[in-house]
Amino acid sequence: MSRFPSWVAALAASASLAISPQAFAAGTVKIGVLFPLTGNAAAAGQASKAAVEVAAEIINGKHPEMSNIPLAAEEGLPGLGGAKLELVFVDHQGNPSVAQQQALRLVSQDKVNVLFGAYQSSCSLTATAVGERYGIPFMVGDSAALNITGRGFKWVYRVTPIASDYAATYMRFFADMKKQGKTINSIAIVNENTDYGTSVADAVEGEAKKSGISVALRVPYSANATDVGPQVLQLKEKNPDAVIFISYTSDSILYMKTMRNLDYLPPMVIGDDSGFSDPSFIPAVFDVAQGAMNRSAWDIGKPGSTTAKINEMYKAKTGRDLDDTSARNMQAMLALGEALNRAGSTDPEKIREALSKTDLKPAQLMMGYNGVKFDQTGQNILAATYLIQLKDKAYKLVWPDSAAEAKLEWPMKGWK
Amino acid sequence: MVLLQVIVGGLLLGAIYALFSAGLTLIWGMMNFINFAHGEFVMLGMYVALVVVTSMGGGPTIFSFFAAGLLATLGIAIYFALIRHVIRGPMMAQILSTFGLALLLRYTAFYAFSANIVSLPQNTFGIYNIGGILMPGAQLLSGIVAIVLTIALHLLLTRTFVGSRLLAVAEDRNAAMLMGIRPDRMQALAWGLAAASAGVAGSLMAMSYPWSPSVGETFGLTAFVVVTLGGFGSVPGALYAGLIIGLLQALSAYWLGPIYKDIVVYALFAALLWLRPQGLMGKA
Repeated sequence: MSRFPSWVAALAASASLAISPQAFAAGTVKIGVLFPLTGNAAAAGQASKAAVEVAAEIINGKHPEMSNIPLAAEEGLPGLGGAKLELVFVDHQGNPSVAQQQALRLVSQDKVNVLFGAYQSSCSLTATAVGERYGIPFMVGDSAALNITGRGFKWVYRVTPIASDYAATYMRFFADMKKQGKTINSIAIVNENTDYGTSVADAVEGEAKKSGISVALRVPYSANATDVGPQVLQLKEKNPDAVIFISYTSDSILYMKTMRNLDYLPPMVIGDDSGFSDPSFIPAVFDVAQGAMNRSAWDIGKPGSTTAKINEMYKAKTGRDLDDTSARNMQAMLALGEALNRAGSTDPEKIREALSKTDLKPAQLMMGYNGVKFDQTGQNILAATYLIQLKDKAYKLVWPDSAAEAKLEWPMKGWK
Repeated sequence: MVLLQVIVGGLLLGAIYALFSAGLTLIWGMMNFINFAHGEFVMLGMYVALVVVTSMGGGPTIFSFFAAGLLATLGIAIYFALIRHVIRGPMMAQILSTFGLALLLRYTAFYAFSANIVSLPQNTFGIYNIGGILMPGAQLLSGIVAIVLTIALHLLLTRTFVGSRLLAVAEDRNAAMLMGIRPDRMQALAWGLAAASAGVAGSLMAMSYPWSPSVGETFGLTAFVVVTLGGFGSVPGALYAGLIIGLLQALSAYWLGPIYKDIVVYALFAALLWLRPQGLMGKA
């Protein structure tokens, strides 16, 4: 038995609670971040790592020049006595079981207050399960598979648009093109076969059926393929009006190059972000993939705008412009910071409550979303995306018309 | 016509498989030593090509020579620094040493070249249309060079004095020593040749495929399958097996879909080993 009566312990406990706000004065909020820092998707993982680091800099430092972003102007989190965000990065190599182990390590050893990640949907699926089990809020930055939210999990939040949003966007775009007299009777879907590719491809296939567009061919493949010649020939035989690629980096480059080599140019190629947004994509294939489309909710904007300033910060760090995938992660980190500030505590339940009450307006965001507001599953219901097109060595926003900065070219030019 | 195109593509890829597997069969078959770092040699060959092209503006002739020279040096250095010592140790030490070496090379490449996926500039060789079959110049060239080099390696082993000495050491190290052959030199040479062939294969593949430092994993596995199928220590076996696997992969990817191609390849591989455990050209 304890030598102290229980009321002494209770008093001590309440005293420690009472002084805890002061403890935050120079305190930190620990955020465990999971990304593929090595392996096939390492380039994207490293780019996203730099992006969330910039997000933390914006929150931790004083940036009155981008004052429309919550917490940019103040130093740290005023709601937690000026506490700073401390990011703890781990590498899951794109492997779902490693992601699970690393999430567990972050919770049990590093004692992080929040989890964040994890690029590949397959890795986000396993990592979020750890957050759920231990009652640690998990912010999903960019993974698009439907079932990451909507599994009945209480602790998962996701700012990015998801597979069904993207599928619906493509169909709205096709409907628009039909109005302009383009022929879109059939499409082909080429998807890498893990959770991300499968989920988006299923959603696109479902939406296409609803819109009366036939899916001429669906090609699931493994992203570490070294030869895609036979698949390109299959596409060439079916000759669909547009091909949608849901691909990671090296495979999307390989597809574009192989299409050139086998002289197959469909009227339009649409990349579902990921590989098409990877910093390696444009330098590798810009000479053969002119006019390829991609989705993006990120737009650098005019010089002097907040987004341009954010891009400058990112460029100073990495030497590259910010891409959509990394930008969606950055936005998720900023939204997380805003919720942490409102929570005013590192108590997981308080953070969860604050996240649930998040209500960010478009003007408070760096991305082209209609806002950030989570439904009961933790999914942002105001997420949206633009479509962009590769012109020379950069993507230009071409759809919807209301936001377009360049004219859409259909059919694509490819290498011609 | 499309089918013919698929077959040609598969064979061209298979020729490259054959070249980098020939190096592995040399080490695995002749020294009874499993080199897990072989895929990493291929990866380094790809980066040699990148560096030569970007910093010197050299073409495939220059970068494949560079890849051969640098990788041969590396192979010999690795033999003297590492392999010579662990080969006397237990089997587990041998396996783990090259596994560690693979990780060392891979992460050194991550450090030196970053994780970004890179590729060589497109279309330096154009695309040939031969009777309706499209052949990208780069793939055609690398396929032909790979076949020629694999055959040259075979001739070197079977028709030259150096080759006989290499084989003598492989056959019986002690007897070879008694005949005045220095086994260390011969085995170092085997490592040099193996690494050089992997390096050349890698530099040739760099013309057609995007890659990052982790690419060695994929190619390493393929090499093991090719060598096992072809028969340990048999260079012609590696050539046939490489072509067969390239062809099988292409055909099954075309007929059944890409996610089934490895199932088909490995199922046939297992079936063949069941019937012929020593591989196509191996000695029982």
